[in-house]
Amino acid sequence: MTTPDDNTAIDVRDFYFRIGGKEILRNVSFSVMRGEYVAIVGPNGAGKTTLLKCLDRILTGGTGRIEIFGRPLGRYRQKELARRVSYVPQADGHVSPFTVEQFVLMGRYPHLSPFSTVGRHDRQLVREVLKQTGTAEFADRPLGTLSGGERQKVFIAAALAQGADVLLLDEPTTVLDYHHEAEVRALLAAANKRSGVTIVNVTHDLNHAVLESDRVVALREGAVVFDGPPSNIMKTDVLRRIYETPLLLVDHPQATIPVIVPRIPLETTP
Amino acid sequence: MKQGFVLLVLFVLAVVVAAGAPLVGIERIPIDVLWRADADQTQFDILWRIRIPRVAMAFLAGSALATAGMTFQAMFRNPLATPFTLGVASGASLGAVVCLHQGWSFACLRWVGISSISACAFGGSLMTVLLVYGLTRARRGFSTATMLLAGVAISFFFSSLILFLQYLSDLAQMFRMLRWVMGGLDNVVGFHDVLNVLPLAVSGCLIVLYLTHELNLITTGEELATSRGVEVNRLKKTLFFAASLMVGGVVAFCGPIGFVGLMAPHICRLLIGPDHRYLTPATLLFGGAFLVVCDTVARTFMAPTELPVGIITALLGGPFFIWLLLSRASEPVGEPRLGT
Repeated sequence: MTTPDDNTAIDVRDFYFRIGGKEILRNVSFSVMRGEYVAIVGPNGAGKTTLLKCLDRILTGGTGRIEIFGRPLGRYRQKELARRVSYVPQADGHVSPFTVEQFVLMGRYPHLSPFSTVGRHDRQLVREVLKQTGTAEFADRPLGTLSGGERQKVFIAAALAQGADVLLLDEPTTVLDYHHEAEVRALLAAANKRSGVTIVNVTHDLNHAVLESDRVVALREGAVVFDGPPSNIMKTDVLRRIYETPLLLVDHPQATIPVIVPRIPLETTP
Repeated sequence: MKQGFVLLVLFVLAVVVAAGAPLVGIERIPIDVLWRADADQTQFDILWRIRIPRVAMAFLAGSALATAGMTFQAMFRNPLATPFTLGVASGASLGAVVCLHQGWSFACLRWVGISSISACAFGGSLMTVLLVYGLTRARRGFSTATMLLAGVAISFFFSSLILFLQYLSDLAQMFRMLRWVMGGLDNVVGFHDVLNVLPLAVSGCLIVLYLTHELNLITTGEELATSRGVEVNRLKKTLFFAASLMVGGVVAFCGPIGFVGLMAPHICRLLIGPDHRYLTPATLLFGGAFLVVCDTVARTFMAPTELPVGIITALLGGPFFIWLLLSRASEPVGEPRLGT
């Protein structure tokens, strides 16, 4: 599969990326189809976040080829790229002084021409996105006053308001409790299934990854070590190769794919 | 619309202050001397050749310094970033002093109405911004501590270079430099100086006014701004350029006037909120009016002795700075990270 067809959203070929002489990504090749839900997994420091940032040109440089909808990444103006690809960063302590609505409205930036300002159409669209994502109730609150879960939903809302075909997410559920985690996962599934948004989700939670994605790509030390359907990665030997630690698999009561359960510490059962 | 109303109030306030300030002074002068045929010539001269140009200069300087401060605060995502804490004003001073020392005079600049001192002050401020930005950047992330330390260190370094140049100069040069470094608005006579600062300050302000959407986005973080479609590197270069134009233009004529760039944007943020589409014009109006008021106090408070306006702004600004430092708002926000 070397020639990308019309249905390819993202195509990465032989991509290398270095930061300060250290090779972060090595010979990465994979592609994402239009409307697909792809999870990128792997141990800490495998290069997942770097890869995601390269796809949205937040990090530049690197050798190899990245194409977005059949067009080389370098040929996009940043505004054009933002109309096709949006990004939800990893949660950090950043406090923005804006209210939720102001923040989500800023997602419309790539659709504004110089001197123009947000119009009625943009406001209408943002109101719908706020409703869809369950963030309308705190639309007037400043971002700094939100809880981690609320904040994450707002960041996703802002990315959706951008109206891009592809949504890149960096650990969107890592810092959330069970309730908010379920909400965010339902939100992403709805965006993917109902609105046809292509999703690339970086996560280190393999259980979630296999249950919600169409395909899983695993990175280890900057290289792709697995690329295939979720059912193929949940095998003891495959997992051992990726994570270098023996993992315990059990059957899922709902799904046909087994899931990982934590071992009891210090008790090394064979 | 609440913000529109606040903006209107600020506009009216600015007009009232700018129109009223020239009439106040050691001698109260009625406005009609400007057009009455039988008016006293001395009064006319005081009003037209001294007070009005001075108020115009104060307004221009206040607007430019406040807008530059607001721009730095957005770019460094740090409430304590101002032309002075970043050492940019000292950079501009150094540029101007070098120009005085070397006796440079660029004929080509006179054609576009910009003095050589302004050009050198602009060069000095641009150099300093890039230096502080580079230093803060090299330490990965814009922590308040790194930024302030870099700014203070550069300030001291440039101040000693200025002293060194004064030491090397002959008496006539030294006198001109000293008078200049003292700064203030009291040597503005006629509209010549105002017209000299005008192109730099106005073009800087216009650039910032044009980029208000981008300023909003950059306060949410550089990565997020990029993902929303902002060409962050180009934006930063443009804003550094604009801010340096404004600071350089003002400092070249008024010398260092501190704290306007710190206080005006913060007070406006409290009044009108963080949205730069409203905050920028508000800061412009408030900064201008604020410096006009400070200058009016400076020249009437101990009349006939005139205080340098910098004393008034510093007396207000010092405590304000400490209050900011102690308040929650001064915590470093949004450290950019380079994760994997």
